[in-house]
Amino acid sequence: MSEWETVIGLECHVELDTRTKMFCGCPNEFGAEPNTHVCPVCLGHPGSLPVPNEEAIRRIVKIGLALGSEIAPRSLFHRKNYFYPDMPKNYQISQFDLPICVGGHLEVELPDGTTSRVGITRVHMEEDTGKTTHGSASGRIHDADSALIDYNRAGVPLVECVSEPDMRSPEEAAAYLRELRATLEALDVSDVRMEEGSLRCDANISVRPSGSDALGTKVEIKNMNSIRSLERALHFERERQVAALEAGESIVQETRHWDEDAGATKSMRSKEEAFDYRYFPEPDIPPLAPASGWIEEIRGTLPELPRARRARYESDMGLRPEVARVLVANRASTDLFERTVAIGAEPKAVANWVTQDLAGLLNEAGTDARDSRVAPEHVADLIRLVADGTISGAGAKQVLEEVLETGDEVEMIVDRRSLRQVSDEGALGEIVDMVIAEQPEAVEKLRAGKQELIGFLVGQVMKSSGGSANPKLARELLLERLS
Amino acid sequence: MPVEIDVDRVARLARLELTPEEKERLRLQLGLILEHAAKVGEAAADDVPPTAYAIARANVFRPDVPEPSLTHEAALSNAPEAEEGRFKVPRIVETGS
Repeated sequence: MSEWETVIGLECHVELDTRTKMFCGCPNEFGAEPNTHVCPVCLGHPGSLPVPNEEAIRRIVKIGLALGSEIAPRSLFHRKNYFYPDMPKNYQISQFDLPICVGGHLEVELPDGTTSRVGITRVHMEEDTGKTTHGSASGRIHDADSALIDYNRAGVPLVECVSEPDMRSPEEAAAYLRELRATLEALDVSDVRMEEGSLRCDANISVRPSGSDALGTKVEIKNMNSIRSLERALHFERERQVAALEAGESIVQETRHWDEDAGATKSMRSKEEAFDYRYFPEPDIPPLAPASGWIEEIRGTLPELPRARRARYESDMGLRPEVARVLVANRASTDLFERTVAIGAEPKAVANWVTQDLAGLLNEAGTDARDSRVAPEHVADLIRLVADGTISGAGAKQVLEEVLETGDEVEMIVDRRSLRQVSDEGALGEIVDMVIAEQPEAVEKLRAGKQELIGFLVGQVMKSSGGSANPKLARELLLERLS
Repeated sequence: MPVEIDVDRVARLARLELTPEEKERLRLQLGLILEHAAKVGEAAADDVPPTAYAIARANVFRPDVPEPSLTHEAALSNAPEAEEGRFKVPRIVETGS
């Protein structure tokens, strides 16, 4: 693979979670009954007038400022014409040669700890399209002679962010998308749920001989619904292109569809002729000319961005870079971390709980961190109870599992499950004496110098106590009696 | 003198199937419209910048406040066909858009 260099650029679409749509007052809400959030504007009825949502414009300016873009002093909406029933107007209101945000970059942290700077070409404002179901909703997907359309999503504010072809590996592209998602989440402009389509990503990828300056023929890949899919699709496509070139074939410029189950990209076998979208200025919407005072006011609302936050966690709180990276990757973890530290818990311990045990359990359960029941008090209590020996590390994990299910208070769960460790010397001493009496052979060998048998004896004490013994104290008592 | 126009291309973009007679008639009519539009370009002096807008306004926004949508019935009332609360349209030929 080293003889070939991969060149990747990403186009990401972000649905803003404003209260209303981009050009009309219909609610912007996921999951409503079909065609209940529609009006003459988003259904494209003749004579209706689209008027831009001020909050959506404010948010795209915020995104542009966070990415270091220039906010254009004047920009236009254009009509992008195409025949597809997902837009009832037969065009989408988008932007063309005069987008709101021009240029910019995103500093991306790679898994190996190095950073790279990915250029942003442009960020522009447009509207989302309706949702098409092929065949009737009750089945008949194959050979369907009709399609059903729900226009609730038509007209939802959509931001398109186009990167420069600056990425050189699938891992770098995934890191870019993670950083973009974390940035958008920190900006509080979108709920960035890839599985619900509020963050979507298409990739352009080509390969060229290492050292070459000329770009190879690029292929566009669509339909990647997670960061993992993006990485897998790019790996597959890179290998496919290299294999084709090494076999003396040429790459066809086309759009390919990622098939998650097959683990392969497939040609969509379409567009013989390039699309002619006949962009022209949207005559119903006057130009955008954001005043510099307004832009500065928006700049003043920028929160701490993920990169600065990682640096602060490393330098001020002593977190390791990889821990800081995992913590900052999503806002739910960051918020839980910050709020738990704010009520007095030790940062490193909190970071470990949040990025390891909690993240692992959420991952297993397939739960989004934002939907978790775990509150700062839960984490702080767990850390405190483990530190003072009230519960064991293993016990704490059981408690956390139950917090995830019920949201109950930690001490309540500890009592309900009888997880309080026996730390009373008298009670534990009895169990220790019993184990010593039951294990004469092990005791003998330990006394003869086989130190590692202490672990076995502690294990026996734990077992006899039904897991409730404080292992540290058990060990101390054993050593005391056997030395 | 009418401006020449590629009627075949325009028809293809508009998904219209035209007879040779219709093509010839539209070629002349569209050519005259373009000729008329070209005259505006001749009349505008160098001190008139090109624009797509008749009135000089900018930043016309609406606040992010919900307004009532159409009722479900009203929304679908103009649909030639509907099924399961959705607009029903002929099978979509994949265009890759």
